[in-house]
Amino acid sequence: MIQQKIREKAKELLSKKTVDLIIGFSEWTLPLRTTPIFIRTPEGAESLTWNSFCENNLATYIHKFSRFKIGIVVKGCDARSITALALEKRFKPGQLFLIGVPCQRMVDRRKVKRAVKGEILQAREEGDLIHVKGDGFEVSLKREDFLYSSCEACTHRTPINTDVLLGDPVEESPLAESHAEAKAFEKMSPEERWRFFEKETSRCIRCYACREVCPMCYCTECFVDSSRPKWMEKSLDPSDLQFYHIVRAYHQTGRCTGCGACERACPMDIRLTYLTQKLNRDVRELYGFETGVDAEIPPPLSTFDPEDQQEFIK
Amino acid sequence: MDNNWEPKILAFLCNWCSYAGADLAGTSRIQYPPNIRVIRVPCSGRINPLFILKALQSGIDGVLVSGCHPGDCHYISGNYIGRRKSATLKRFLEYLGIEEGRVQFSWVSAAEGGKFSQVVDEVIQDIKKLGPLKRLVKEQF
Repeated sequence: MIQQKIREKAKELLSKKTVDLIIGFSEWTLPLRTTPIFIRTPEGAESLTWNSFCENNLATYIHKFSRFKIGIVVKGCDARSITALALEKRFKPGQLFLIGVPCQRMVDRRKVKRAVKGEILQAREEGDLIHVKGDGFEVSLKREDFLYSSCEACTHRTPINTDVLLGDPVEESPLAESHAEAKAFEKMSPEERWRFFEKETSRCIRCYACREVCPMCYCTECFVDSSRPKWMEKSLDPSDLQFYHIVRAYHQTGRCTGCGACERACPMDIRLTYLTQKLNRDVRELYGFETGVDAEIPPPLSTFDPEDQQEFIK
Repeated sequence: MDNNWEPKILAFLCNWCSYAGADLAGTSRIQYPPNIRVIRVPCSGRINPLFILKALQSGIDGVLVSGCHPGDCHYISGNYIGRRKSATLKRFLEYLGIEEGRVQFSWVSAAEGGKFSQVVDEVIQDIKKLGPLKRLVKEQF
């Protein structure tokens, strides 16, 4: 069992004092969810868990522990985020110990909720099935039918550049099949795309959950919070909402791993990954860059090639 | 649309080439329409995409970004860095649904006064065809 292996590894690292802190997932009170957990004692490792609800990108939390040696449980996307953060020198070399877990892809709790009537009170995973229990109903659902769209699009499920890999590497989907969401949007007309973008962003309540949950959003002062210069008003004017979402997404150019954490965190169910996926698609097409795969290649917007394409420039 | 409508166009010109090119167009008495407002920046690599978005949000109908030709940058590589930002931003804005041609890019050297006026003409023609910007514009500040 992978869960057992994670616990053993965490215990070993903490008792040998290889790390001061383990970041992983733990069961919590809500069904279909786990919570990130921060463990400092070997005994605490028993509360670590691994299932299809470990949806957070744990790389987000490394910014908060710059003085600690951290052991961190990583899926494919978390590991790529960490590689991307290493390129931006967000932690000291040797500060992190990556406990890699090949990802079985995570289950979308919203899809599950939509599939049943009434409130879900208990959920349990068993092999390929999820048993969901609630007020007056009990059903078993096939895990494969309820995956996150970002997980279905994933092409890097086995974490890379890890210190230890628990479990066997999984077979990856081909790169050519990725970015399906962005490809579908590209086929729409500009008017349709704008209407869609307008409709989605109009629901935004500016809670900034998408920003907080993103491992790449670590600016000391975000452009929305800055008052000198004041880039934007703190209003719910449609234009401001659009502005925020354009810039939040664009700032991820060549940095987003497509983990989908932003979309999962959104309390208003705003579609967000179709934006960053387009950026990923563009940097791959224009500059042959894949985020978080290679710790040597600099991020595309911080470098250049004299031969870059420029037929759009007069 | 109002027949008397004239587009407002914001031009970010790099200090070393395009701004001097615009200056040359002026001293050479080359005529071009007065729809552009020029902002001088140190380098085309200095342009933060936020500048462009903020301009569009504030009621500018089109943006022109102009810098030194590749290889001529005063800071060696600023325009190359700017070129990557421009390419990705342009594609992203079009993907969102902002019309193609709202944000345009050019290389104009200090010796190309004629080219500068020609570029400005072209941009103004394009924006006139598109009409006033309706997307992303903030109605009330």
